[in-house]
Amino acid sequence: MIGIGHFLVVSAILVVLGVLGIAFNRRNIIVILMSVELMLLAVNLNLVAFSATLGDLTGQVFAMFVLTVAAAEAAIGLAILVIYFRSRGTIAVDDVRQMHG
Amino acid sequence: MIEAIVFLPLVGFLVAGIGNRAIGNTAARTVTTALMFVSCALSWMVFVRQAGGEGPYEVELATWFTSGTLSVNWALDVNTLVAVMLVVITSVSALVHLYSWGYMAEDPSQPRFFAYLSLFTFAMLMLVTADSIVQLFFGWEGVGLASYLLIGFWYGKPSARAAAIKAFVVNRVGDFGFSLGIFALFLLFGTLDIDSILAAVPSQAGSRLDFLGHEVDALTLIAVLLFIGAMGKSAQLGLHTWLPDAMEGPTPVSALIHAATMVTAGVFLVCRLSPLFEAAPAARDMVTYVGAATAFFAATVALTQTDIKRVIAYSTCSQLGLMFVAAGVGAYGAAMFHLFTHAFFKALLFLGAGSVIHAMHHEQDMRFYGGLGRHIPWTFAAMTVGTLAITGFFYTAGYYSKDGLIFAAYVRGTEPAIVALVVALATSLLTSFYSWRLVFLTFFGAPRWAGSPHIAHAAAHDSHAAAHATADPIAGYHPHESPPSMMVPLALLSVGALLAGFLFHEAFIGVPGFWRGSIAYDPAFYARLHEVPLAIHYAPTLVMALGFLLALQLYVRQPGSAAGWAAAVPTVYRFFQRKWYFDELYEALLVRPARALGRLFWVRGDQGVIDRFGPDGLSALVGEGAGLARRFQSGLISFYALMMLVGIAGFMTWLMVHG
Amino acid sequence: MIQAVIFYMLAAVVIASAVMVISARNPVHSVLWLILAFFNAAGLFLVAGAEFLAMILVIVYVGAVAVLFLFVVMMLDIDFARLRAGVVRNLPLGMLLGMTLVVELVLVAGAWQFGDLALVSRADPVAARPGLTNTEALGVLLYTDYVLFFQVAGLILLTAMIGAIVLTHRTRGGVRRQSAAAQARRTPGEAVALERPQVGAGVRTDEGVQ
Repeated sequence: MIGIGHFLVVSAILVVLGVLGIAFNRRNIIVILMSVELMLLAVNLNLVAFSATLGDLTGQVFAMFVLTVAAAEAAIGLAILVIYFRSRGTIAVDDVRQMHG
Repeated sequence: MIEAIVFLPLVGFLVAGIGNRAIGNTAARTVTTALMFVSCALSWMVFVRQAGGEGPYEVELATWFTSGTLSVNWALDVNTLVAVMLVVITSVSALVHLYSWGYMAEDPSQPRFFAYLSLFTFAMLMLVTADSIVQLFFGWEGVGLASYLLIGFWYGKPSARAAAIKAFVVNRVGDFGFSLGIFALFLLFGTLDIDSILAAVPSQAGSRLDFLGHEVDALTLIAVLLFIGAMGKSAQLGLHTWLPDAMEGPTPVSALIHAATMVTAGVFLVCRLSPLFEAAPAARDMVTYVGAATAFFAATVALTQTDIKRVIAYSTCSQLGLMFVAAGVGAYGAAMFHLFTHAFFKALLFLGAGSVIHAMHHEQDMRFYGGLGRHIPWTFAAMTVGTLAITGFFYTAGYYSKDGLIFAAYVRGTEPAIVALVVALATSLLTSFYSWRLVFLTFFGAPRWAGSPHIAHAAAHDSHAAAHATADPIAGYHPHESPPSMMVPLALLSVGALLAGFLFHEAFIGVPGFWRGSIAYDPAFYARLHEVPLAIHYAPTLVMALGFLLALQLYVRQPGSAAGWAAAVPTVYRFFQRKWYFDELYEALLVRPARALGRLFWVRGDQGVIDRFGPDGLSALVGEGAGLARRFQSGLISFYALMMLVGIAGFMTWLMVHG
Repeated sequence: MIQAVIFYMLAAVVIASAVMVISARNPVHSVLWLILAFFNAAGLFLVAGAEFLAMILVIVYVGAVAVLFLFVVMMLDIDFARLRAGVVRNLPLGMLLGMTLVVELVLVAGAWQFGDLALVSRADPVAARPGLTNTEALGVLLYTDYVLFFQVAGLILLTAMIGAIVLTHRTRGGVRRQSAAAQARRTPGEAVALERPQVGAGVRTDEGVQ
């Protein structure tokens, strides 16, 4: 039977994929934002799974708030991306390296 | 009194050395010269008193150090031998101080020069008046230092710097032997006080010491080791290479240090410790052989030299060899007598040469001299007197002293002595020849200085000369006499060179009671000096005349014929001219390996190991570490995120393993 | 039994689409894969019994956020040709890192003792009042115990909205706008002026000769 372990495994894999998407991304900045969304999705999955196991609805409430914040963050992130693109003309990740040592 | 004699030069050194430019040239040279003359006057008083019968005495100054059973103090000894040396040192030094007024008149560093001269005199006086052998060694090193400073006085010249270092290093080799001798002395006698040691010599005869794994006779060992020190200081064969190069120093320096005083310190040492040498006949034989070899070697080289100072330098080397011959055959009185007279006429020759050099605007190559007798007659007279003395012309100082030591060699009669006798006679022949060669080349014949670069340089200054220009054989240059400050010392030394022998030969090698135990003295031996067979009696005079005639023939009657003789035996001639290739031998055998070793230690050791693992390595490491750390600042956010990821993964792993 | 099948199917698709999100060449494709992942995640939520959240996921995430992504991607006029090939460097390192993290997360999770999920059969996870649907139960919790958080969440959204507008707002030059206050403040003295131009000379105004 499906136990919480299964959900947790899926969640773990999603989180790791999100992190890898940020760390090993050379394509463009949009992929970073999408990886963040993936991670938040994984967190939500985790919260819901525990809520189901423990029989406590608080997990789902928390998941809703996470959803809210994720949406807000996506909006702002995209706004920044738009501005960045306006001034740079490209969204290549490697161009953001003015802090290069 | 003796304290004043020894320490007044030190005061002079301090005044001129510390005052330097602040007190100016006149003050520096006046103070030092005046103090020197006072010291000289006092020395003559001490000498007269000692000669007149006053016994030896000791003046305590201060304690120095005590270490276990070894106790060394500062004290001054005075006896006849010491008094003789005092007179020699202070007189020549005072005259050289005065001479330097004129010779160094245009030098920019006069206070330094006079300070060094006084320093040298002080060290030499400490050497001769030393009561303990450690104090003697102090003076020994002091004169070595002063010699280095004075040879390299014109330190802007690379050849002068090199010559100064060469002198010091070669001396060092001798000093090493000397040090070993001092250690052996303490080991055997338990004290380093010279008089105590000499008194204890008979009781230690026959004792043995362990040296490098072999048991050897102690007294012979000590004598040999001390003689090695003397070889270094007195430029005997093997440790002689520094003396010709020492001519890089100013001529007054050559006169004082490398003719009259410092180089005679070795002879003084042997004579001061003469009871020790008397008890070590094997060592004495070594001294004789080395002295004879040196005398002959130096004389052959002097035949071929063209630099006027080098000729006189090799002449000094040769005469020192003869002094050691005399000491080796046991005639310490004769050795000291020759030292005494040699100081006068050698200083005279050097100062005279300085006068010639001064007149010829610093040209030292005799090939550019000729006919100077007309232009600088007083110098000519002085040089002639000196040459007469050194060759042993009748009744000059050299006549008595040189003949004295030749007779002594004959009287001794042992095998080394007879060998030395023959060599000494041959050397006298050569000495006469090259001494007169020098005089004839310089003062006789036609002027040859037109081709000299120094003269051309001098004539350029003189507008009057420019009018005469080209085809003039004298290039419009008229040499002139030196100032009185230079001529007065020459005059005084000429007097000494002529009369010192006549006045003092009875005392030094005749009448007993003069030396009064300051050296080993056998009156019967010296009495036999007057009874030598006629052939021996006139042999030195004969060879002197022969040499004179030969030189006359080659350089006055048929000038230029010497070249033909040289061409007839090219190998021999070149062998003599290249100083028997000693310098090349030492260069290949010692200098190059030493330099290679030094370079090895420098590059591989110091730079390769110490610097590499030390400062350079550390700084390189820091640099490289920083470069490595810089790679983490890529500016890429994804990279930073990756690093965070790696950190988290590592931390979690660590937690899980150790948790 | 069937739950397991559904679960594995949904899980597989979610994971696969996540992989495609981060490795697709074209950003538009990435967004589309993200949408697919969201849909399947909503399915997983349903399996776990969170119906309301599943629907919200579809409405908000897919309907708003992912569409926003698409808007931006398409609006930015990205030159796909110029985008770097983006070969993932250090792929082995990434694999290693990923493996490590997953294994560790699973190990940690596995140390717990869980009971089985009572899944769809538990229509009502809330212990408070039986008989409520999931939505109603959430509403009961949200507006009573967590009402302040709710308000704050609203504020966050407001801030985000303002922030997004402020960030991207551009003032275009050459646009004439009315300033009502300036219009009302105008006095006759500065509104009308009497000019006596010469014939043919024209009148000079702020905008040049008329």
